Amino acid sequence: MTDQAYNFAYLDEQTKRMIRRALLKAIAVPGYQVPFASREMPMPYGWGTGGVQVTAACLTPEDRLKVIDQGADDTTNAVSIRKFFQRTAGVATTEHTPDATVIQTRHRIPETALKAGQILVYQVPIPEPLRFLEPRESETRKMHELEDYGLMHVKLYEDIARHGTIATAYAYPVKVEGRYVMDPSPIPKFDNPKLSGNAAIQLFGAGREQRIYALPPWTEAVSLDFDDHPFQPSKAPHDCDLCGAADSYLDELITDDLGGRMFVCSDTDFCAGRRAAGHIGRLGAAEPEVVP
Amino acid sequence: MTAMDRIAAVTRPLLQVDGLTKRYGARIGCADVTFDLWPGEVLGIVGESGSGKSTLLSCLAGHQRADLGRILYDGRDVLAMGETERRGLGRTDWAFVHQNPRDGLRMGVTAGGNVGERLMAVGARHYGQIRDKATDWLDRVEIAADRIDDRPSAFSGGMQQRLQIARNLVSSPRLVFMDEPTGGLDVSVQARLLDLLRGLVRDLGLSVVIVTHDLAVVRLLAHRLMVMKSGRVVEQGLTDQVLDDPQHAYTQLLVSSVLQV
Ligand SMILES: Nc1ncnc2c1ncn2[C@@H]1O[C@H](COP(=O)(O)OP(=O)(O)O)[C@@H](O)[C@H]1O
Ligand SMILES: [Mg+2]
Repeated sequence: MTDQAYNFAYLDEQTKRMIRRALLKAIAVPGYQVPFASREMPMPYGWGTGGVQVTAACLTPEDRLKVIDQGADDTTNAVSIRKFFQRTAGVATTEHTPDATVIQTRHRIPETALKAGQILVYQVPIPEPLRFLEPRESETRKMHELEDYGLMHVKLYEDIARHGTIATAYAYPVKVEGRYVMDPSPIPKFDNPKLSGNAAIQLFGAGREQRIYALPPWTEAVSLDFDDHPFQPSKAPHDCDLCGAADSYLDELITDDLGGRMFVCSDTDFCAGRRAAGHIGRLGAAEPEVVP
Repeated sequence: MTAMDRIAAVTRPLLQVDGLTKRYGARIGCADVTFDLWPGEVLGIVGESGSGKSTLLSCLAGHQRADLGRILYDGRDVLAMGETERRGLGRTDWAFVHQNPRDGLRMGVTAGGNVGERLMAVGARHYGQIRDKATDWLDRVEIAADRIDDRPSAFSGGMQQRLQIARNLVSSPRLVFMDEPTGGLDVSVQARLLDLLRGLVRDLGLSVVIVTHDLAVVRLLAHRLMVMKSGRVVEQGLTDQVLDDPQHAYTQLLVSSVLQV
């Protein structure tokens, strides 16, 4: 049921070519922020218009698209972006990570390891990792050019001085192939190790700030840290209450107004897959209707 | 270092400046400034407001680009360097102390972070060691160790200036530029800061170019003196010589305090 009033995947071919040129440049220089002329999209900026434009430029009619928001396929944001591409591109969709050829994500990397040939598209609100330390765009550009990254460690130093430990939990900066420092978008730092050496192509799109950057397959991305305060990918110290997984990133849910709570996989597809395979968590059998 | 290099190192000025000129449109910032600075030497630059002292200093430090002339640092042509190399010098060999500590500090970062920044910029990656070094430097500029996690905005003007000095000297620079470092401070605070500076310069064997309009400052700190007027150097020599036996009429006015500088 493609809406014929639009070009395939909404954007005109000219615009898609422009975005693809930016993507190729971004892949050629891993971690480097490439400016692009972001277009108005029929949705508000907070909804990931940068990611949507990158996805639109990547999609072919044969693709199978998955869209997740904080790991879930069924939030309003994920559902509406999925519907948008169903309508404008007529592509097949899936919630199953291994079946998807293109995955657009906000704030998570799927738990299931990605494979060669898959594309992971991130929605990015603020692409510049130095922004909170140095507000001047001219100066941050210079700092990237000259690899002048001492300030990134000042930020981590301040974290430890104030909190006793590196408190940065999301958008934890990485150094790409020993060159550019990159903001991985607000994924939890638990996901940072998956950025590095990933078989999939990882593309990052920031709509409002008009930047695209990328990690080609098998690119090294090292989380910044100190020798005596090494990077630690942390998660809640629990197993998933639905599927029992001990190694997946968890969301905490309040289950009643008496302080009842449960921990469940934030990656809903991963969790459902485990349950279908017979894994059962602490509350998995008792309250299946609480599946988020 | 070969024996020849070592001889060159002591027989060559650290900074050689030749015919340095900077214009702002038709107006002269500084013109045809020539001098040598030797290792361990403190050069004072005096002159009334608008005489080109700050312009000269910022051209020397690479904050502004000179229109004409040559600057050799340790034999290296500074104006011919790429920006990467020049910025590299700026965070290792050189330091710059601004008159207003707000221009030289990160006001949103703790005292420890301010002092540690230059160490981290050149690759220090051990939090404990960075902190130890910051604590040591706070002590050397007479800031109590328990203020290490306070932001500079909670400090007095004199403390902020001392913090700026610690932040600059932590990486053991060889050449320090100072623009009116005691400028905005109360007289009693100025005296204490001057004592501190004098001790540090002597203990660390620093080479310094210090700009001031205060003759008492140069009398105390500077080995040699350069007097500027309307962007040009009108007289230079040993500090005591220039102050006690000024040759140029303008210097005579300066020294006799007839000029309100
Ligand atoms: N950014 C600027 N633009 C234009 N003129 C300037 C600028 N900075 C300084 N000048 C002029 O250059 C001259 C020297 O100024 P400056 O170096 O600030 O002197 P000083 O530090 O001795 O007071 C003055 O005439 C001043 O007005
Ligand atoms: Mg001045």
